[in-house]
Amino acid sequence: MSTPLLSVEQLTVSAPGAAERVRIIDGIGLAVSPGETLALVGESGCGKSMTALAIMRLVSPPLRIHAGSRVLFEGRDILALPATEMRTVRGAQMAMIFQEPMTSLNPVTRVGAQVQEAITLHSDVSPFAARMQVIDLFEMVGIPDPHKRIDAYPHQLSGGLKQRVMIAMAMALKPRLLIADEPTTALDATIRAQILDLIRNLTANTGTAVLLITHDFGVVNELADRVAVMYAGQIVEEGTREDLLARPKHPYAQGLLKSIPRAEQRGGRLEEIQGVVPRPGQWPEGCRFHTRCPYVFDDCVFEPPARTIVSATQAARCHLLTGKALDPA
Amino acid sequence: MAAYLVRRLVYGAFTVLGVLLLLFVLFFTVTDPDDIARKAVGDRAKAEVYVQWKKNHGYDRPLFVNSEHGVADTKRYTDTLLFEHFRRMLTFDFGRSDADGTPIAKRLREGAGPSLSLTVPLFVLGLLVGVVVSLFVAFFRETYIDRSMLVVCMLAMSIAGLLYIIGGQFLVGTLLRWFPISGFDPDPAVTARFLALPVLVGLVSGFGADVRLYRTVFIEEMNRDYVRTARAKGAGDARIMVRHVLRNALIPILTNVVLAIPFLFTGALLLESFFGIPGLGSLTVEAIQSNDFATLRTMVFLGALLFIAGQLLTDISYALADPRVRLS
Repeated sequence: MSTPLLSVEQLTVSAPGAAERVRIIDGIGLAVSPGETLALVGESGCGKSMTALAIMRLVSPPLRIHAGSRVLFEGRDILALPATEMRTVRGAQMAMIFQEPMTSLNPVTRVGAQVQEAITLHSDVSPFAARMQVIDLFEMVGIPDPHKRIDAYPHQLSGGLKQRVMIAMAMALKPRLLIADEPTTALDATIRAQILDLIRNLTANTGTAVLLITHDFGVVNELADRVAVMYAGQIVEEGTREDLLARPKHPYAQGLLKSIPRAEQRGGRLEEIQGVVPRPGQWPEGCRFHTRCPYVFDDCVFEPPARTIVSATQAARCHLLTGKALDPA
Repeated sequence: MAAYLVRRLVYGAFTVLGVLLLLFVLFFTVTDPDDIARKAVGDRAKAEVYVQWKKNHGYDRPLFVNSEHGVADTKRYTDTLLFEHFRRMLTFDFGRSDADGTPIAKRLREGAGPSLSLTVPLFVLGLLVGVVVSLFVAFFRETYIDRSMLVVCMLAMSIAGLLYIIGGQFLVGTLLRWFPISGFDPDPAVTARFLALPVLVGLVSGFGADVRLYRTVFIEEMNRDYVRTARAKGAGDARIMVRHVLRNALIPILTNVVLAIPFLFTGALLLESFFGIPGLGSLTVEAIQSNDFATLRTMVFLGALLFIAGQLLTDISYALADPRVRLS
């Protein structure tokens, strides 16, 4: 594997709790190579979005990124950068689009001006040149009538168009990394495919790597090169898209895959993972998934599983892989 | 937009009529025309003087129904105090003061200047100080700066307004001798010295509540998604606070502020009477004390008109500030 563009090591974020600080994400490690798309998958509440915000350093008090966490972007630890320098990275080299296009745009500012702000913050162009650039960007992201639409207010645009504006804003400076936090979750199914295509084509053209946060294996299948599965603040399995879709090793990853509706199972009852993700601070001892795992045995309750290498591309955190119990497959 | 304004004006007209009726009923529940006349001419005045005064000021008519006229005669209802009350107010014919006989229109003209010279600086400075301080506090939310300001605000809000007036006069006027304790001078150069203390007292007594309110508004805006988007763009803190947060927070703040603008004309009741400023606030207080119905109803009527104007102004400014709002 080439040198990663983004390498996250031991990333831990905590929030104040009743007695002591509660970890929301706990020692995450991730790597994204240049141009690659890594999907971060998991149920709501497992810490996916928090991971994305921590990588952008958008975690604000009372939440805190722990000392010892490292986010290496193009080789430098951006968690150690002074705030002013971090601002030159954010938006220019590393950009983000959010789940809620409805609320992610400033309601009282014209959308063109909001994209223009992203440009003028990072480059010394005249307002006129920046405006021309915005029109080009709007055209590029497939907004019809860009000349008119740049002067629209967010409430005058549909959800799909708003998300296109967000994408235009994020891609304005051709960032090296795009973090997309559930970019299609809030959109209609018909718009979803268009937006996914747009993200794929734009990032392929500019060679932008993508960290895609989603709970939807359909989106994973469309876009991801590699997948990391997150559960209760940890990465429990990682591998290529083929690894995860064809031979998932962690019972949680298997459960997620089984819960996808399929045409050939029409009429049958959909499989589900029993229970819900435990809240931060209520994570069980041992393996954090053991309370919901169908294959649970003694070790799972007492001992946290180590990361076990399965193949050159795949690794998972599960006691089953150490050969102590029955083969789950 | 035009249809909206017309509808609001019609509602406003009904509101004014209601206020006038309520004022009349309330006033003549606690007192009656005989009382007003006796107060005006004095207890020891002769009976003829008393009767003559009542006749001159129109208080010789009955309140609601004039039984001297027949049932079919409209005069039965028009030749009454109530009808006269509505006629005068709605034609802006305010008449003369019941207390000293000066034309009320003249008193209004004389009082407007002193009132505005107190309320306008107080309003502008209060808004400026409130917004700047609360923007600052909101930025440092949950730090010791914010917490100590919370204590200051709660203290400031817990102290009664009168104490600020008396304390301010004692501290600044008597002990430090920076400014005169009270009084007014129409000469602008001298006026500033007289107005400094009441403006200061007004600022301090309004400060706590304003900062708490604006801080809440700012923090609510700061937690919105678009602020996160702005940060993700790489915008700096100052830019985010001014360009994004302040611009959005102005919308709720406007509603609070624009509504107050018309009342700048009616003056500040407490401040004016305690600092001896001969404005419209003092005029109102005097009218209450001397049972001066003619002056009091004028002030209440103008207050109601201004209130409706303020509401209209708020709606219009709302539509100007927020592109999502359309008046219809």
